Amino acid sequence: MSKYSLSINGHSRGVDVAPDTPLLWVLRDTLELVGTKFGCGAGHCGACTVHLNGVPTRACMTPVSTVGRKQVTTIEGLDSKGEHPLQRAWKELDVPQCGYCQAGQIMTAAALLKENPRPSDEEIDGAMAGNLCRCGTYLRIRKGIHRAAELAATDKKGRK
Amino acid sequence: MNAPDPASAGRRNFLRSSALAGGGLVLGFYLNGTGNAAEQVAKPAAAPGAEFKPNAFIRIGRDGIVTLVSKQPEIGQGIKTSLPAVIAEELEVSWKDVRIVQGDLDPAYGRQSAGGSTSTPTNYEDFRRLGATAKAMLVEAAARAWKVPPGECFAADSAVHHRPSKRRLGYGQLVEAAAALPVPDAKSVQVKDPKDFKLLGKRIGGVDNHAVVTGQPLFGVDTRLPGMLYAVYEKSPVFGGKVRRANLEAIKALPGVKDAFVIEGTADLRGLLPGVAIVAESTWAAWSARKQMQVEWDEGRFADHSWAGFVAEAQRLGKQPGATTLRKDGDVNAALAGATRTVEAAYSYPFISHASIEPQNCTAWFKDGSLELWAPTQNPAAGQELVTATLGIPKDRIVLHITRSGGGFGRRLSADYIVEAAAIARKVAAPVKLTWTREDDLRHDHFRAAGFHFLRGGTDAKGRLIAWHNHFVTFANPITRDGKSTLQPGSGGSLSGDEFPGRWVDNCLLEQSAIECGVPMGPWRAPGSNVFAWVFHSFIDELAHAAGRDPLEFRLEILGDKAIMPGSGERGTPYDVSRMRRVLLDVAEKSGWGKRKFPKGQGQGIAFHFSHRGYIAEVAEVTVARDGSLKLDRVVVSTDIGAQIVNLSGAENQVEGSIVDGLGTLMFPELNIERGRIVQGNFNEYPLIRIPDAPARVEVHFVKTDYPVTGLGEPAFPPLAPAVCNAIFAAIGKRVRQLPLSRTDLRWS
Repeated sequence: MSKYSLSINGHSRGVDVAPDTPLLWVLRDTLELVGTKFGCGAGHCGACTVHLNGVPTRACMTPVSTVGRKQVTTIEGLDSKGEHPLQRAWKELDVPQCGYCQAGQIMTAAALLKENPRPSDEEIDGAMAGNLCRCGTYLRIRKGIHRAAELAATDKKGRK
Repeated sequence: MNAPDPASAGRRNFLRSSALAGGGLVLGFYLNGTGNAAEQVAKPAAAPGAEFKPNAFIRIGRDGIVTLVSKQPEIGQGIKTSLPAVIAEELEVSWKDVRIVQGDLDPAYGRQSAGGSTSTPTNYEDFRRLGATAKAMLVEAAARAWKVPPGECFAADSAVHHRPSKRRLGYGQLVEAAAALPVPDAKSVQVKDPKDFKLLGKRIGGVDNHAVVTGQPLFGVDTRLPGMLYAVYEKSPVFGGKVRRANLEAIKALPGVKDAFVIEGTADLRGLLPGVAIVAESTWAAWSARKQMQVEWDEGRFADHSWAGFVAEAQRLGKQPGATTLRKDGDVNAALAGATRTVEAAYSYPFISHASIEPQNCTAWFKDGSLELWAPTQNPAAGQELVTATLGIPKDRIVLHITRSGGGFGRRLSADYIVEAAAIARKVAAPVKLTWTREDDLRHDHFRAAGFHFLRGGTDAKGRLIAWHNHFVTFANPITRDGKSTLQPGSGGSLSGDEFPGRWVDNCLLEQSAIECGVPMGPWRAPGSNVFAWVFHSFIDELAHAAGRDPLEFRLEILGDKAIMPGSGERGTPYDVSRMRRVLLDVAEKSGWGKRKFPKGQGQGIAFHFSHRGYIAEVAEVTVARDGSLKLDRVVVSTDIGAQIVNLSGAENQVEGSIVDGLGTLMFPELNIERGRIVQGNFNEYPLIRIPDAPARVEVHFVKTDYPVTGLGEPAFPPLAPAVCNAIFAAIGKRVRQLPLSRTDLRWS
């Protein structure tokens, strides 16, 4: 076991775990943040996607010993009120079916929108191809990202 | 708030307290209708008169909050939203005043199984009456308070209104008076005219959406209890294998490991399989220890089975008469001999896994002879029954909390993972969560049965279908019942003699043979239908093209003008031909069937299927590039699932999901078997459809009819694969006769 001080959703959290423990299991078992999901343990499904310094990252493939001082953002910390444009769009368009993969979908989409505020269908497909949805909500995920882009643009205008 | 202590309370208290604490406080299942996790419902048992509870499903508090119980398991089909909405509609309560809680397994709720697209058809009318009964009592209570005839009152927006005086009493104000009234006979109450519906038929967002998009605990795998331990369970890679020995002492010495032991299991391939459990302080400690585990298996009698061997056996059987005859009309050989055109083809499909993204898991706590379970399950009663039958824990000592499931697709109708967790928990003095790895999940599924169809068909001089012969080679497990050993075909692995086009062709011979195997099989979304529709509508298309007929016209001619095709024998299901003709004509019109000329590489295909009480027809438009890559450009769906769409958003979502799932299942998954083992272990070897392959457009049309309301979790799936394969043929002239699609070279020049 080794002690680590992690920055999770803007808070400093100390943990004492085996160095090879994937960040996913530190989040889920140790820190009780279960929004980040286990799907494959091998980086194929994207259910465990979190941000490390804003970059979408597979938490199941990230040993805790490699996280260091990087800022970890999980679905619980994406927006302090749970009102990120993607979260609003997902509710407005009723995107989820079972919902299990959606935290990972939203985290990947959030990074996409930061880079590219108005992505095309092709750009969405390219960015989201690493996230599996077994229920097949892909059509609504595409629409949801377009809608979130609109909401974000409106928010920005409102702030000006 | 602590989780309940099963030992310290009597049976009745155990149930009640766990119903409260097990869900809401520890796990957060008890979310309100708007899904705000901060408003978790965790009230102590209400004092008399503090709430109006006319039945097991409805509670109204003095604050006017209406709490509705969702009794059915939620697996992504949207039932936790739609059935409570049915109550809310008849109760005339504003949806914003509704909170929805997931019910535990409880006889008070009746049947609680999410399978066969039955949740809606079996509950819809009853749930209307639950709401209408409560509304009648609230109206009666208000009328008495005002001393006016109930006929002068009406309910709307969570209140009773007195029409002449425009007085109003909110439901919260009527709780005490309504609770004192006798509950009227549900049959005596008036339900609404559907044209007055305010909620049903509209787009209603999923009640857990907020919790989903903010990462709140909802799913089985999110279960957490104080002092909980974490388990893995290693089973024989060969089906039916048993543990000879394992390095238990070495495993127990590893960091974080609390215990390791062998579970003997039973011979039931779908029950408690023999294996080795590791219980540890964390998931990672358990999984790390498993990497050091060495188990010597007695691999048993299926160790030499292989997919290649199954294929060879199927080819051999296909050349022979079938073991059983399912249907024999006319003389198929004579008709084929006299046919103008004949076609012969063999179709096949592999075993596949369900591959829900949430792997199988279950949390169990065994204490002083009582067992408490938290399970993502489609069929909680099956879990309870299997635990009782296998471990001898009496039914009344088992409490089962139903969690949200991260996908079902039929997998969670089985209860193997529940009995595994229970068997492990029985040896551990703490709550324990068993989580399968992805590899466990893909390799120890109850698989969709593989199959082979050897088909012959013929048309006459006018291009009419006159002969149909199918020898279906399926797979069966040996089972012992009453001391006798028999072969039982897998779920979806039995063909009905009535399956279309049986009953419609004058000369029809349907036969079946089975290959014995140890591969456990179980229901997979639209069992049987999910492959039969593909085989039969592909072969019908072959016959239509061979006869130079339009595929739509050919199908309409086969269906004929008869309104109803009766089922064969006492158990046969009548087939409403008029309903199928209507959706078929509707989808042809909406898609512009035959109206457009497609260039080479593009084409339209059509198919229909009746399953799960739903009549569905689909047209697919595809582009096949010269390099053989496929793009599904457009799908048009016409469905007849009766008189009422409960939740329009949910219904469209189910159809869109079925189309994507139907396409993905056509394109990608297959399992290979070597030396009795499933070869594929993770999504790199067992690909699922990803967003770039999802169709660009799916157009869903609901044909409203006067028939009873039916379900939509499954019936839109089966017609998609044949519609796409028929479109591929129209585009490039290549016929897909094997699944998955990657087995067929679609390149063209």
